[in-house]
Amino acid sequence: MIHLAQASEGFFSWDWVFNHLDDIWDQTVEHIMLTVIAVVVGLVISLALSVVALRYRWTYSPITWFTGILYTIPSLALFAFLVPITGLSVLTAEIGLVSYTLLILIRNIVAGIDGVPDATVESARGMGYTKRGLFFSVELPLALPVIIAGIRIAAVTTIGLVTVTALIGQGGLGFFILRGLSLIYSPIGTTQIVVGTVVSVALAVAVDLTLVGIQHLATPWSRRRATA
Amino acid sequence: MVQAKGNGMIEFLGDVLAWFGNPDNWIGPTGILNRLREHVQLTAAATFAASILAIPPALWLGHRRLGGTFVVAVVNIGRAIPSFAIVVLFLPISIRLGLGIGFWPTFLALLFLAVPPMFTNTYTGVAGVDPELVEASRGMGMTDREVLTKVELPMASPVILAAVRVATVQVAATATLGALVGWGGLGRFIVDGFSVRDNVLVFAGALLVAGLALFLEVLLGWVERQVVPTTLQSRSEVVESVVA
Repeated sequence: MIHLAQASEGFFSWDWVFNHLDDIWDQTVEHIMLTVIAVVVGLVISLALSVVALRYRWTYSPITWFTGILYTIPSLALFAFLVPITGLSVLTAEIGLVSYTLLILIRNIVAGIDGVPDATVESARGMGYTKRGLFFSVELPLALPVIIAGIRIAAVTTIGLVTVTALIGQGGLGFFILRGLSLIYSPIGTTQIVVGTVVSVALAVAVDLTLVGIQHLATPWSRRRATA
Repeated sequence: MVQAKGNGMIEFLGDVLAWFGNPDNWIGPTGILNRLREHVQLTAAATFAASILAIPPALWLGHRRLGGTFVVAVVNIGRAIPSFAIVVLFLPISIRLGLGIGFWPTFLALLFLAVPPMFTNTYTGVAGVDPELVEASRGMGMTDREVLTKVELPMASPVILAAVRVATVQVAATATLGALVGWGGLGRFIVDGFSVRDNVLVFAGALLVAGLALFLEVLLGWVERQVVPTTLQSRSEVVESVVA
């Protein structure tokens, strides 16, 4: 610990931070863009696959098996598989990032819709809802809390994984972590590692809280139930 | 960077096969076998150390039903910290502690990442045991210690084993990043491949890393099914943690 205390004056440079606020902002915006694209594309694919899985039950097992394999492959390896095919590009980063969202999202969408009470579905049918109407106006809204819980996990996970894409030339805030690694013996290096990490964690927390807020606004009935 | 497309792709996969077919790539200190040994040893050491640190306090707190809010906070924060950042962040810390580069920053980062999910899953497993069951055991005259060791621990064992599996696979995945801070392991092939722009090496390394992760997942899943009584198997739902 004594070593750490002695060396700590050279560990972090506020000067570097104040001189690079523009860079930090730009990388943060890129980080958000990479995350939003991955989660939105992941959500669209997951919704489609979930509809298939709900309609044809036997497909659920192979779908979760395949997305489970994607989820288990370490991120660096997944990106490394893609580099020979799609190069050091945004596309490579996004294919990898989207792959990791699928398992979480599909599980939550299917569980959410399965969790809608049979009595509710029956009443809606009795009221004359078509299959499509039932799905969009009854099942999907009632499954929203569980689906949003899945989106929260997917978004927070993706924000973390975006940093790894620095190794394939993307990375948002991961850019600072990777550059800091190459300047590891200088305070300029350690400062960049800390900045990249702290801003990325802050971003994850902010996105998580935003999604909690969205859920609160999007499901007014669960709020009323809570206060009643 | 040469990109492989169409016929090039087939040629490329041929090069990857040829790389695996070359005995020189298997033996010696930088060969596949030694890198695999390093990877497996570090994964085992870090997972074992993390279970020693995480499981006993989680059992006790779960038994007492203490600190639920804390556990939820740990899960959420743990998920938000990128493993890549942790591995890199432990490098300057390790250097300043005089532990150098390579093994120690990787080991400490893996420990740091593996403890929270093991702790929370064990906690949830024990705290989630049906309170009526606990009441009944007490009514039968079991001591506090017996309730923990004879009722709560067996009931929670599927969740704890699943937590160990998830943590092991996560540690093996993250150990790949150790190559960035001067350690060996299978990540070496990918990181070296990136730095010399050798796509064959990158792809071969990715195959090895992915193969090991999937093998561990399947192996530990199989062990779980052998060990856990079928009546308890549906309980083995755990909080899946972040992929590295």
